[in-house]
Amino acid sequence: MMSVSASEPQRYLRAQIRWQPVEALFWVATLLPFVVTPSYLVLASQIAITGLFALSLDLIVGYAGLVSLGHAAYFGFGSYTAGLISKWGWGEPLTGLFIAAAAAGVLGYITSVVIARFRHLALIMITLGFGVLLAEAANSASWLTGGADGLQGMRMWKLLGMFEFDLYGYAGFSYALAVLFLAFLLARRLINSPFGLALRGIRENAVRMPAIGADNPAHIRKIYTIAAVMAGTAGALLAQTTETVSLETLSFQRSADVLVVLILGGAGRLYGGLVGAIVYMVARDQASGVNPQYWYFWIGILLIAVVTFLPNGILGGLARLMPAAGRRA
Amino acid sequence: MASVFGVLFDGLAYGMLLFLLSVGLSVTLGMMNFVNLAHCSFAMLGGYVAVALTSAFGWPFLATLAPAFLAAAILSVVLERLLYRRLYRASELDQCLLTIGIVFVSVAAAAYFFGTMQQSVVLPSYLRGSVSVMNQSFGMYRLFLIIMSLLVTIVLVIALEYTRFGAQVRAAVDNQRMARGLGIDVDRVFAVTFALGSGLAGLGGALAVEIVGLDHAFAFSFLVYVLIVVAVGGLGSIAGSFAAATVLGISDMAGKYYLPEFGAFLIYLVMLVLLMWRPSGLFGKR
Amino acid sequence: MSTLALATRGLDKSFGSLAVATNVTLELPRGERYALIGPNGAGKTTLINLITGMLKPDRGQILLDSQDITPLKPAERVRRGLVRTFQINTLFPDLNALEAVALAVCERERCSGRWWRTLPSYGAAFEEAHTILVSLELAASCFRPTRELAYGQQRLLEIALALAAKPAVLLLDEPAAGVPQAESAELFSVIANLSQDMTVLFIEHDMNVVFRFAKRIIVMVGGRILVEGTPQEIASDPRVREVYLGRGARHA
Repeated sequence: MMSVSASEPQRYLRAQIRWQPVEALFWVATLLPFVVTPSYLVLASQIAITGLFALSLDLIVGYAGLVSLGHAAYFGFGSYTAGLISKWGWGEPLTGLFIAAAAAGVLGYITSVVIARFRHLALIMITLGFGVLLAEAANSASWLTGGADGLQGMRMWKLLGMFEFDLYGYAGFSYALAVLFLAFLLARRLINSPFGLALRGIRENAVRMPAIGADNPAHIRKIYTIAAVMAGTAGALLAQTTETVSLETLSFQRSADVLVVLILGGAGRLYGGLVGAIVYMVARDQASGVNPQYWYFWIGILLIAVVTFLPNGILGGLARLMPAAGRRA
Repeated sequence: MASVFGVLFDGLAYGMLLFLLSVGLSVTLGMMNFVNLAHCSFAMLGGYVAVALTSAFGWPFLATLAPAFLAAAILSVVLERLLYRRLYRASELDQCLLTIGIVFVSVAAAAYFFGTMQQSVVLPSYLRGSVSVMNQSFGMYRLFLIIMSLLVTIVLVIALEYTRFGAQVRAAVDNQRMARGLGIDVDRVFAVTFALGSGLAGLGGALAVEIVGLDHAFAFSFLVYVLIVVAVGGLGSIAGSFAAATVLGISDMAGKYYLPEFGAFLIYLVMLVLLMWRPSGLFGKR
Repeated sequence: MSTLALATRGLDKSFGSLAVATNVTLELPRGERYALIGPNGAGKTTLINLITGMLKPDRGQILLDSQDITPLKPAERVRRGLVRTFQINTLFPDLNALEAVALAVCERERCSGRWWRTLPSYGAAFEEAHTILVSLELAASCFRPTRELAYGQQRLLEIALALAAKPAVLLLDEPAAGVPQAESAELFSVIANLSQDMTVLFIEHDMNVVFRFAKRIIVMVGGRILVEGTPQEIASDPRVREVYLGRGARHA
């Protein structure tokens, strides 16, 4: 009797981290664009990149429970770093990606040292402030960034020496999807580790954590750094697959957009950012003929509606309909 | 060309403008802890009211100030009833998202009705030009702005310190639970304060057109500065907003004038340093 | 190891002109059970906050096992064995009891920062958490989110979290607060079964708990320690009676 119940926790844990069939289905479905909509591979790339960016934000917002209004800072930083590396002559994608991600990680660490000390409004302010600060800096340093005209002169070499980034998008989407999947595996592991549990502890009750001996600032610095690496990777992917970088990648618009994407899909559910990205980007593509002002009008309405009626996003709504879909992790 | 006095004067004027735009947010945030990122949408509304009334209807500028205040106040009451009060107990993230949604809608609406061009108001002749004191020339409009803001500040301080309603506001900011326990209708106090604060933002928006311009993105572009003033000054504090707005207004002007390369940053750096020194703001609670 | 598990010397704390703690000096010998009583507003929870580091004292020292811990951060004090529970349930609503206690174990074992290996590799932490929950009769509902637990169970979970940190000194802030008589038997048995090596200080208003478990009682009024003594001494002290006049201290 004792030995049976003693293994209950183990069985529970294994069940929690086991891959669900629907997850496998999801990832297989991500290959569909190659077959079903080959003319939309460029869009598919964009979706994968946005999904990666939203996933990185989910770690901070959905799992650690912190508000960030300046996440585009890491995205844009990764973008510009990858862009500059290419512009200065080194167009190899994988190493460029690696360096850009690492650079974004350093930025993430440095900002996190300050960010981890704040909560509530001050936290919102600091994240907003850092984002705007970096955007202003990039605007001013037009000798480096190209300013409002964007970064010019990027030339990417062939991926793995074989695949050219072209307008058809095969190489681009394969690249973005592969990177997204790897990052996802990493995120999934992290969520299901003791550190993931600690993050959720911070989210659920940041006051209780020190009372059980937790060092909140250290945890926060760590997740910020990891999230920044991931966001920077997404930014670098964008730069490399489009061979251009604009100031928009650092803008508050981008920070707000990725927050919308994440909330739409549902924060704290690992797949929320990905689902949100698909829905958001497809909808935006369909509405692309429309004046951008109108797009933001409807996004505003959507945000208001989601917050008022569907606070846990699409996945949250689904989870309520199908309890078996699993509780929020 | 301009002397230290000139820069100080311009900085003070800008700071007073920041104060008018921020004081409402500071008090309502301090009272209910509700993160209203749409605060500058109310300011924007005030600005557009002033523009519409002066250009389309030929109203004198000063006559547009009251309608700007009222329009913003009324809109805030409507939004508070319909949307805001559902989220008083919601997470900060949800409040941010709701109010960002409102900002998006307001920016799109402004673009739809007024286009994306810079707007301007027509000033009466007595507010144009400058006055010369001791070899310094001071812009009339900026002078007017400073005087106007000081008047508003005095009215606010008197209302807060010497009226019953003001006492209720102070109690609710200090300790909401206790205030309720004393029988103060905190929700009503908040609704009125919110309307007043938003109205002031509308007034500020109308006054701002001449100094910083107005376009459809104002609700976004000015939000950062207002939030900086509120965070640095401390929530719930008029004195804090005043001090922070003045310091930031002057630093921003000085930065842009003396260090044009880095001018835009100075305000953010000042914010960061001040917040790190005093995380709850210069005059913040606790 | 000294004989004094916990001691404070001359703790002072004021908020403006409001003095919430004045010259608080107390000593807790190892393994003893002390109760801290006093009327509402006496500063009992404030004292706990000062001892654990959530509040910084204006003056005074706190000594854990004769080491001065006054400059240490709260989390550091917990790692040294000074653990508290909260008067109002301060739990993790969305985590289940097993996860919450396992998290506390992981923090203690310093493996909460590890993100590369997944939870099944940390089975020992979960087994330990499960064992603690079994001893508190919470095992049956350990997979349900904390917010779904009954109030009495949540109070027990408060204690479980504290126990997971392997305290040398345990500060219980009104453990029985709000727990109806019918459910408090479990709580009392838990307190009774706390390890004899552990030093316990508990704040309580329920005199049943106080007289049953406390070896000595400290009475606090208005931020000061009024008197300290055995239950018999305190029960017959006229000053204490005066403080509680009209409140009707409940006796078994």
